[in-house]
Amino acid sequence: MPANEDRTPRPGLVLEVDRSTPPILFHHGEGFRLESLPAGRSRVLYAAEPLNPLEDPDGAIRDSLLNPLNDDPLPSKLFAGMKLTIVFDDISLPLPPMRRPDIRQRIIEQVLDMAAAAGVDDVHIIAALALHRRMTEDELRHAVGDRVYDAFAPSGLLYNMDAEDPDEMVMLGETSEGEEVQMVKRAAESDLIVYVNINMVSMNGGWKSTATGLSGYTGIRHHHNVDTLAKSDLMDHTNSEFHNRNWRQGDVIRKAGVKIFQIETTINNNVFGEQGPMSVLQKREWEWNARDRASFIAMQKGLQLMTPKARRKVFHAHQAPYGMTSVQAGEVEAVHDSAVDNMLKQQLVQIEGQADILTMGLPYLSPYNVNSILNPILVMCLGLGYFFNMYRNKPLVRKGGVIIMSHPTPIEFHPVHHPSYIDFFEQVLPDTTDGHKIAHKYEKQFAEDEWYRHLYRTSYAYHGVHPLYMWYWGSNAINHAGRIIIVGGDVKAVKRMGFTPASTLNDALEIASDVVGPQPTITHFHNPPTVMAEVI
Amino acid sequence: MTATEPATPGTVDAGTGAPIAERLAGKRIAITGTTGFLGTALVERLLRCVPDCSLVLLIRPGRRGVEQRLQREILRNDAFDRLREQHGADGFAELAAARVLPIAADITKEGLALDDTGREALADCDIVVHSAASVSFDNPLDVAVNTNLVGPVNLIATLHDLGVTPHLVAVSTAYVAGTRKGDAFEELLQDGAYAVPIDWRHEIETARRARIAAEDESRTTEALKRFHQEAKDELGAAGTTALASKSEQLRERAVRKKMVDNGIARAKSLGFSDAYAMTKGMAETAIVELADGIPVSIVRPSIIESSWAEPFPGWIRGFRMAEPIIIGFGRGLLQDFPGSWEGVADVIPVDLVVATIIVAAAHEPELDAPTPVYQSASGAVNPFRVGQLYDWGTDFFRKNPIYDDYDQPIAPPRWTFPTIDKATTQMYRARGGLDKATEVLRALPVRGSRASIAADIDERRDLLNQAISYVELYGKYVACEALYHCENTLALHGSLSADDQAEFGMDPRVVDWHHYVNDIHLPSVLAQGRVKTAPSGKRGAAFDRQDRLRKQVLDERRSVAAFDLENTLIASNVVGSWGWLATRNLNRGQRARLILKALTEAYSLQKLDRQDRVDFLRHFYRRYDKAPVDQLERDAADLFNELLLKNAFPDAIRRVREHRALGHRTVLITGALDFIVRPLEPLFDDIVAPSLEQRNGRYTGRMLSAPPIGEARAEALRQYAAHHDLDLQESVAYADSTSDLPLLEAVSFPVAVNPDTKLATIARRRGWLVENFEPAPGGERKFLPVAPYLPRARRTA
Repeated sequence: MPANEDRTPRPGLVLEVDRSTPPILFHHGEGFRLESLPAGRSRVLYAAEPLNPLEDPDGAIRDSLLNPLNDDPLPSKLFAGMKLTIVFDDISLPLPPMRRPDIRQRIIEQVLDMAAAAGVDDVHIIAALALHRRMTEDELRHAVGDRVYDAFAPSGLLYNMDAEDPDEMVMLGETSEGEEVQMVKRAAESDLIVYVNINMVSMNGGWKSTATGLSGYTGIRHHHNVDTLAKSDLMDHTNSEFHNRNWRQGDVIRKAGVKIFQIETTINNNVFGEQGPMSVLQKREWEWNARDRASFIAMQKGLQLMTPKARRKVFHAHQAPYGMTSVQAGEVEAVHDSAVDNMLKQQLVQIEGQADILTMGLPYLSPYNVNSILNPILVMCLGLGYFFNMYRNKPLVRKGGVIIMSHPTPIEFHPVHHPSYIDFFEQVLPDTTDGHKIAHKYEKQFAEDEWYRHLYRTSYAYHGVHPLYMWYWGSNAINHAGRIIIVGGDVKAVKRMGFTPASTLNDALEIASDVVGPQPTITHFHNPPTVMAEVI
Repeated sequence: MTATEPATPGTVDAGTGAPIAERLAGKRIAITGTTGFLGTALVERLLRCVPDCSLVLLIRPGRRGVEQRLQREILRNDAFDRLREQHGADGFAELAAARVLPIAADITKEGLALDDTGREALADCDIVVHSAASVSFDNPLDVAVNTNLVGPVNLIATLHDLGVTPHLVAVSTAYVAGTRKGDAFEELLQDGAYAVPIDWRHEIETARRARIAAEDESRTTEALKRFHQEAKDELGAAGTTALASKSEQLRERAVRKKMVDNGIARAKSLGFSDAYAMTKGMAETAIVELADGIPVSIVRPSIIESSWAEPFPGWIRGFRMAEPIIIGFGRGLLQDFPGSWEGVADVIPVDLVVATIIVAAAHEPELDAPTPVYQSASGAVNPFRVGQLYDWGTDFFRKNPIYDDYDQPIAPPRWTFPTIDKATTQMYRARGGLDKATEVLRALPVRGSRASIAADIDERRDLLNQAISYVELYGKYVACEALYHCENTLALHGSLSADDQAEFGMDPRVVDWHHYVNDIHLPSVLAQGRVKTAPSGKRGAAFDRQDRLRKQVLDERRSVAAFDLENTLIASNVVGSWGWLATRNLNRGQRARLILKALTEAYSLQKLDRQDRVDFLRHFYRRYDKAPVDQLERDAADLFNELLLKNAFPDAIRRVREHRALGHRTVLITGALDFIVRPLEPLFDDIVAPSLEQRNGRYTGRMLSAPPIGEARAEALRQYAAHHDLDLQESVAYADSTSDLPLLEAVSFPVAVNPDTKLATIARRRGWLVENFEPAPGGERKFLPVAPYLPRARRTA
């Protein structure tokens, strides 16, 4: 990346909007909006520029495997006749998928080389789906590379886990608080689990990798619920009941004698590249030159001319030129702490004080719609479950403030990936949008439904309970905010979710004034590229 | 003419005649037609106002028997509420039992089909009021002749046979005067200036022959072929039974229509407006001719409508002649009506007619005197203008609008009173347009909500047909400019004592038309017509009905829900599945050739499918010949994910599961192959699908058993229900096309899913639940059902 080689990437910043500030870019699904924010009382939170990636990622990986944190070198743990299980993060990471070779491929190839050198011949490679959909052959090939896929998949040694297969899941016990711990049997019975992470946000990794990633509904329900999430700052595992519970479950895993060699990697936030037509999306608006403007306008026009289907295809075909910024291996907690530190270097930006209104432009992609459709529930979860939670210390918007999200929110669902979402939207939301009521009345039904189970296991569907989890994920923000407005969204969808529709940002600000008065302060969360706020 | 001055009631001097009640005291009165509008009112008035007479009612026994019919169809009517109030329910029952004797009789039969008791009772009567008639204006010729002409002929023959000569009061109609303009006096037809000599005996005979001819004509080879083709056009490949009953229905309809047309033509040729007036006219002639010692009085009412005062203002029974027009006007259905503003609508309230009959009955004519004719009509003395009805009706409906299914008030149309020809031409043109639209829609492959347009059009056409028949039939009456005199009636009225004039008033001049229209008749018609006179709530009745039907379908009491697959659960078909599987492992060149070949065959395949689905499947499944079994099983899993799930209707799948949650058994009955539908197993308790024969690990392309299609599908459900001891009365079936009619008809709760135009029309007519299920919004669907291209390395040979 020649543009970046000459200089140190600039850190993130908070821009005070004044009269000379150009319109600000809002992501808006498979499109964009340029919005003028009120001068004098608006701020924009910008991500840092992409950090320079490791120059020799393969060397760095090798180094981390040989010099792990709080653990012995990987080769010393490998021996002939052992059961080795390599587990890797599924399609939900990173976002968008990275260009080949994927980090997982780089790591797994090296781990396999070491295993071969040690004479290990019982190796399983498992996609840690938890309750996510199965990955397709193409997706698996992308993640682990063709060489690994062709060597292992045909003989059934590389596969998607099945959390609903009673014969292939095992209970490891209960925590001191009574939380059950469940794990893929093969992993639990292995002499060593090598878990390959790509950490996208600080919520990922740590004990969550195994306690959640290799578990099924029985284990996951203990932290994926409204009450736990209400007590969690999701991006700060030291201040999160959600992580406490995962860590407690991790304790049970460790005490059960399951040996884990954790590998966590961090990436820079080079989502759109520093060259090419999309590079404009990660530049600051006042720095757009004539070429940037022209390419933005051309992109806007081009997108408008496309059918929604074609637009979706274009966006989902984009693969990010992410660069790996760190790799650490070894004992779970030490590795995780190091990974979080490395990640915050890229992502953390300080901002002073909470605003009355938080605005955010939601892009086309969330962890649960790679090669799929961002349905209304996922729009809600992306905005309120993810973007809203991208803070440390306290939320960007004050208690009782207004959240304004921009997204077309079409009533569209992927029939194969999200069948239970359709029913959730049609059956549950018209009844109630209250997280507790939903959990009480519908969770069991959705979690244990035979048809959803069948589709999760044999087709490519998210688990039946997944849409409820999405809703729980955003419940915190719903309770925190005085009003939630979606700009440019399908009115029916927005209303069904209990939010307020607005056709323009100005309308939304007008509506918000009912709640926060006529001269509110505004913070715009300019994401992607990924940024996390430290609100002081 | 002084008689047309405005009505001033009470201007007639009272006469000195003996009281009517006294004159009729101790009399036994036989009455025919008492289950009708006029007959019921007559029975009520006699029981209430002539305390010392007894009644013998000649009633056709029907299925229920005469006693039941008396109770249910006569005495239960609200006309008797006044008597019930006077005497109490028990007192009234006692009174009726003491004074009313129902006897089984059928006037169209020789000897009236009386038994001995009946004959005895009739022989004992002093007066016979014959009011039985077939008043429908669009009766087939022979039906009108049988009831209206043969009836009274039989009656008189029976009286002669019994050797009795009671006073016969024959109720006829003012319209026997025909369609001519000018004065119509109270005189026998044969005495009138415009008499056309008719041989009524010959007319009876020719009507019978016309029926035979029409029946014969409907059974010629060409005609039968035509009915069968029409049935096919309407129902599609619905199976032998459904097509047979449809084509027989069409044949019967054609015969009836022929006879109706025949009646109208014959009536026209003799100067009558319709077969009713014509047969009534001939009946008058026959009665007088055959009377031979029986004293006869004739009462000719004009258009009888709701009562002015007795038993209570606005009393009406059934849907009378003008009501459909009034309702049609209020609902905006009759956009225009022929006639002229000044034209006279000769309406007479029913209580005035009843009084005329009773008073006439009390005045038995001398045998050698001319037969007295009493016209009960308002036109000559208190004319009521068509335009008045229109103006007042417009005001009325503006203030009291009828609401449509979407809760919108309907504005009354503006009538221009065109000539009848112009009015009907307009309507025919409109109907032609609708016919064309239906034809086009039927040819188009539309489904679901778009197909419901066909049902809408069908409904509109029905309404238009109704409107056309009103205009054709009633238009003549409204346009009729004959003036019905009533001097005899007025003279009779004048002869009554003041008390009787109050009790049995028959002077049409008492009626204040404005009051009658606004406060009596229109409110009464609206109440009778069961139309929506107030908004029903937030959503329209059409939605309410669907909701109600849906609740019935999803009731715990249901036992089994049967589902079709294609276009019911999934927007795909056997051709799509095959196309996907066949292209699964092909290179680009092979795929292009296969697609091209399939496209060229598409038309002939579709044609075969429309003709006979079983043949089509048999023919089509040959394509699986030599296909490797294990590979297809593997590919079928991908087919399910890539094609079937993407094309599935989430609402339909949710519906299946709702049924299961309610404890209903769910069964998929499909012509699709078993290995293709296997991934759907967790949805259903059972799947009934054909299997292909296998040999050496390959399919042969032959089915092991006949596929459950058409009648076989209904039979499959019957067997399934019998095997699992399920009640078919409590069963639900979901299907999408008329080829599934046998299945839908076999269950008590049929649901038409995304119906094609033909099924949409049928479902609307029969009031079935219609569901429009759609694939998931946003789901990718391909134009051609072709598997995604696989690189060579990943293809199976």
